[in-house]
Amino acid sequence: MNAQNNSQINAQANTQALRFVPASEFKERAAVAVADAHLRKSFRGAMDFLIAKRAAQFPDPVALESQRGLAEHIRKYSLARLPDLLEQLERNLTANGVQVHWAENPEQANAIIINIARRHSTKLMVKGKSMVSEEIELNHAMADAGMEALESDMGEYIVQLDGEKPSHIIMPAIHKTKLEIARLFAAKVPGAGYTESVDELIGIGRAVLREKFMTAEIGLSGVNFAVAETGTLCLVENEGNGRMCTTVPGVHIAITGIEKVVEKLEHVPPLFALLTRSATGQAITTYLNMISGPRKPGEKDGPREMHLVLVDNGRTQAYSDEQLRSTLQCIRCGACMNHCPVYTRIGGHAYGTTYPGPIGEIISPHMLGLAATHVLPTASSLCGACGEVCPVKIPIPDLLIRLRGEAQHDARPGHAPMLGQGAAKSALVDAIWSGWAALYTRPALYRAFGWLATRFRALTPPMQSGWTVSRTPLKPAKRTLHEQMAARERR
Amino acid sequence: MDETGNRHYPDKPPKVYLFGTCLIDMFCPEAGMDTVRLLEREGIEVHFPADQTCCGQPAHSSGFPEQTRAVALAQMRLFPEPWPVIVPSGSCAGMMRHHYPKVFADDPRLLAEATALADRIFELSEFLLHVARVSLSDSGQPARVALHTSCAARREMGTQVHARALLAQLPGVDVGLHEHESECCGFGGTFSLKHPAISSAMAGDKVDALKETGAETFLSADCGCMLSLNHTLQKRGDPFQGQHLASFLWQRTNPEGGRR
Repeated sequence: MNAQNNSQINAQANTQALRFVPASEFKERAAVAVADAHLRKSFRGAMDFLIAKRAAQFPDPVALESQRGLAEHIRKYSLARLPDLLEQLERNLTANGVQVHWAENPEQANAIIINIARRHSTKLMVKGKSMVSEEIELNHAMADAGMEALESDMGEYIVQLDGEKPSHIIMPAIHKTKLEIARLFAAKVPGAGYTESVDELIGIGRAVLREKFMTAEIGLSGVNFAVAETGTLCLVENEGNGRMCTTVPGVHIAITGIEKVVEKLEHVPPLFALLTRSATGQAITTYLNMISGPRKPGEKDGPREMHLVLVDNGRTQAYSDEQLRSTLQCIRCGACMNHCPVYTRIGGHAYGTTYPGPIGEIISPHMLGLAATHVLPTASSLCGACGEVCPVKIPIPDLLIRLRGEAQHDARPGHAPMLGQGAAKSALVDAIWSGWAALYTRPALYRAFGWLATRFRALTPPMQSGWTVSRTPLKPAKRTLHEQMAARERR
Repeated sequence: MDETGNRHYPDKPPKVYLFGTCLIDMFCPEAGMDTVRLLEREGIEVHFPADQTCCGQPAHSSGFPEQTRAVALAQMRLFPEPWPVIVPSGSCAGMMRHHYPKVFADDPRLLAEATALADRIFELSEFLLHVARVSLSDSGQPARVALHTSCAARREMGTQVHARALLAQLPGVDVGLHEHESECCGFGGTFSLKHPAISSAMAGDKVDALKETGAETFLSADCGCMLSLNHTLQKRGDPFQGQHLASFLWQRTNPEGGRR
């Protein structure tokens, strides 16, 4: 855990290093995305599929509520004890022979990994799926250091091959069609012929990766749950590539955010059960890897050396505020994006951040600061679909409202300023809301305004900001309800 | 979700307050008048405090807590008698029932006031169904309608359940289900102004889905959503239009037909 003031310096450094498209250009990209009929159709289809798969796993709403309640409690309990649990985790992992590293920011995390890689004269690192490694842009850092980092999750492999970022945290290549992948493989995979058969395409990818698993000096993975009491890292996956990355190369580096720790092994099953059901609509994934250390003397397989890199990257800022702390309850299932009407229409790339959709809107401000991200919390109609499906009951709409406020105001008395606090402050907008409040707290003035607006309804402006982009102008009625009710009472 | 399950409902009261909402006041007052007509027909006296303005939701969802508090406080004191407060809008009802206590969470005295008021807030369709316990008699021609319940109405006030139950009392009315029925129509208050491209795409999809049911009209218990969709349709030159649930219920069940 790091002090508040440090994360400010770090996140400023981050913004320079990130090679994401800037989140501040969200509106432009969103407008392009909604105009793309192909993108709209493919995201809609994919999200509908995932929504239906999830729904089939939760036939009983009462049972689901009790499962969510339990999962929420486990996450809140873990976060309440986070500093202690992290120290306990470090002690137990160290005792198990795992080297634990702490990184406040992406630069530190990359430096730790690159140092380990250099020590082992690494040419190739194979990677299991890790969103934290996306967050720190590890692949770029490795390339800059002259080493190759190869994604081995099929979706991640596809987007890396095409020089893209994931558009979804669980299904990174969900924006791509089969035909696009067919063309991509034929063009970019040496020796691959053109095929539109999904099985054959997967076969091509697997053949490439199988070779790489055997030659890579380092395997890198993420972590879904880190168990403090036993020093165990749990890794949830479907393709077996996670197990390959964590067992075949001589060195395994796991990387994760500091919030992923739970106290006891028994805390894992309730979270795991909701994670897979919420994410892909699976009752269970093909693999649940539980890793407690490197190869022991006399054992025939497993890495000889193992590391865990614990990354802060703005998480302590969320942690230090009682309400915002619930952001860290997230178990990265992606259900909020699957159910989000905004994400469904613009896809993940428009957000310009590692984490798109509702969870991205509430966590990115901590990682990148409000100056770069203040538009993201506004990209929601507050419909509440995200909060409704969140397996750990993060009150996402309330957090969006809170972040909208923090972006437009100075820190409240007694609260530390967030990174980029007040970045969207506007004297004009302040004046509009103050004027609004003045009108709506003065009933006589309000009624007079209603009287005038209805009498002069013919003068209603024909252009009304964003409203009239696709709508006819709003026009007051002939008489307000106030007037009609007053007339009734007089009768 | 408590409105769909666990809420304890009082007996039918002789008197209620009406909170008309700022959008109904200015843009669809007939929905407010039809609300009054529906309530009075049940023998309930409707009081409309003349000093009411807006529940404060626009400032709340835009991140202006100070202005939200000022406007919310100006409403909170307008309902001194222990009568139910009827709100013909799911999102405004949701604001007053679920968000007022959060808005005043840091002030024990105001929190107690907000909580006491929240207990008396009823969205119109919920009140008609569970408190007034209406028995509607259909006097209209057979009609097919679609129903759009706003997100706040659905998720905070359970409106889709109540509205469907009310409409089910009308034998001549066939309620069509539309694709992605639980999905947002793209209004979202200031969202429609700040993100017009996304909001328009959502509104466009919603009107397409509503029309695909083959309905003659769509109904909504929220004026904001209804206006957003109606004005989207008007811009397209499409004569398909929605109406407020209160107006539809009144017109279908008033033996004289139409309005008084």
